[in-house]
Amino acid sequence: MSSSALPAGVERREIDGEARLATRGTPVYGEPTDGEWRAWDPERSKLGGMFELGFDVGLSGGETVLYLGAASGTTVSHVADFAGATYAVEFAPRPARDLLEAAEPRDRLFPLLKDARKPETYAHVVESDLDALVQDVATRGQAAVATRNARFLADDGRLLLAVKARSEDVTAEPDDVFTEVLAELEGAYEVLETGRLDRFHEDHLGVVATPR
Amino acid sequence: MTTDESDAGWFASVPPDDLDAARDAIEGGSAEVPADWPRLAVASGFAADAGDYYDRLRESTLHAAREAVAERERADDRQLIHAVRAMDDCERVANELAERAVEWAGSRFDGADSGIAGARAIAEREPDDDLDRRVISLAARAAALADERDELAATIDRVAPAVAPNLADMAGPELAARLIALAGGLESLARKPSGTVQVLGAEDALFAHLSGRAPSPKHGIIYTHEFVRGTRPEDRGSAARALAGKLALAARADHYSGEYREVLHEDLRERMATIRARADANGDETGDGDE
Ligand SMILES: C[S@@+](CC[C@H](N)C(=O)[O-])C[C@H]1O[C@@H](n2cnc3c(N)ncnc32)[C@H](O)[C@@H]1O
Repeated sequence: MSSSALPAGVERREIDGEARLATRGTPVYGEPTDGEWRAWDPERSKLGGMFELGFDVGLSGGETVLYLGAASGTTVSHVADFAGATYAVEFAPRPARDLLEAAEPRDRLFPLLKDARKPETYAHVVESDLDALVQDVATRGQAAVATRNARFLADDGRLLLAVKARSEDVTAEPDDVFTEVLAELEGAYEVLETGRLDRFHEDHLGVVATPR
Repeated sequence: MTTDESDAGWFASVPPDDLDAARDAIEGGSAEVPADWPRLAVASGFAADAGDYYDRLRESTLHAAREAVAERERADDRQLIHAVRAMDDCERVANELAERAVEWAGSRFDGADSGIAGARAIAEREPDDDLDRRVISLAARAAALADERDELAATIDRVAPAVAPNLADMAGPELAARLIALAGGLESLARKPSGTVQVLGAEDALFAHLSGRAPSPKHGIIYTHEFVRGTRPEDRGSAARALAGKLALAARADHYSGEYREVLHEDLRERMATIRARADANGDETGDGDE
């Protein structure tokens, strides 16, 4: 079903009798494993959902990545398994405790307790010309966060964004929210692909974009 | 080398293997734009090569995050109460002293502005005699107290989300700290019915009401929240009720589980959207004609 190639380090493997996305690394959230491989659950990860739905995310493995909204590290741990230097920003201390556990066995996953709305508070740590910016913050102002963080991306870098409609406006139609968010993104990005993630995440839109 | 310290990489003034200095630099530093830090770190001699740089970055970010998480977990509601009371005291005393210094300065120099800004300007002056010295020194102390107030506010911004993540997100760190202080602690705030949360900080008005001298107050300190203040007057009662209801739930979630609960925040936004939609609907009916 998936039309685009998976990055090196992400494979579809038979785990517990099912073909599942998987990366190689220390397990983080009780996911099933097969030897060194750990299943990547698209129900628990928006980026996993985007891979599963065949988005053309433009990753081939080994990329430098900034991940915004790392929470307990569920998704960012899979990213660090196949990417290069991976900077994980999360501002809530409680999930950050679990994020630390996910980061400890990985040698290129850098946790940062920072507010993604204030990139100037981590631009002295996160390097420039990154290959990918992955964002899953689920708070109001998701387009503004992506726009402010565009400064970290290389000219041909990719924004991989999950937009949660309810975080912007619980009463509005998700489609209206998505239209507004995309319009705001156009200021800093050229949108390459969008698609609903509803099969795995209700009222979420997946977006692939590149800086203007 | 970089001349502007504020736009240097985190490693610029960190001695090798000093993890605490690295933590301070990561937490406190800033830069407008990122740069090729791995290359610059190697060029400046901080790291031998990119691999070595990343190893150091890893050690430093893990240390900083570990310490910050532990520090925030040690923070408790008592500390927050002390901080918010100290902040209020600093503000009050700073203003009183500034006023005194400005008044005194007015009798000796001309063109002194009022308030803290005035005290700061006076503090910059060169004294001509001993009395000048006293006035300028007093103004400098007022200014320093105002700085201390700002430092306390910044501390509250950091500590409140750790003590009460839901309440701090919903109310903002300062109002969250005030509600906890007024209730006498997070636990006792969590036990209060939402009607009490609604009028916390309006004890005088409530007392007047109970002794039959005034109408019942519609809101206490939560009046400072944008959801109440920014709602048109005839809907403020509903807005205050809705906000107090969710704040009470937020305090309970914080006290009993400590987990961030997104749904509480969504519910509140939904309620506010409904209340504000009323104003829009009425606006359409009545237009801007006079009644
Ligand atoms: C939906 S969760 C992310 C789940 C995670 N991406 C995963 O798949 O493993 C959203 C996270 O974003 C964080 N967040 C929200 N606003 C943020 C901000 N301004 N800065 C940093 N983190 C933020 C929240 O604390 C929460 O942990």
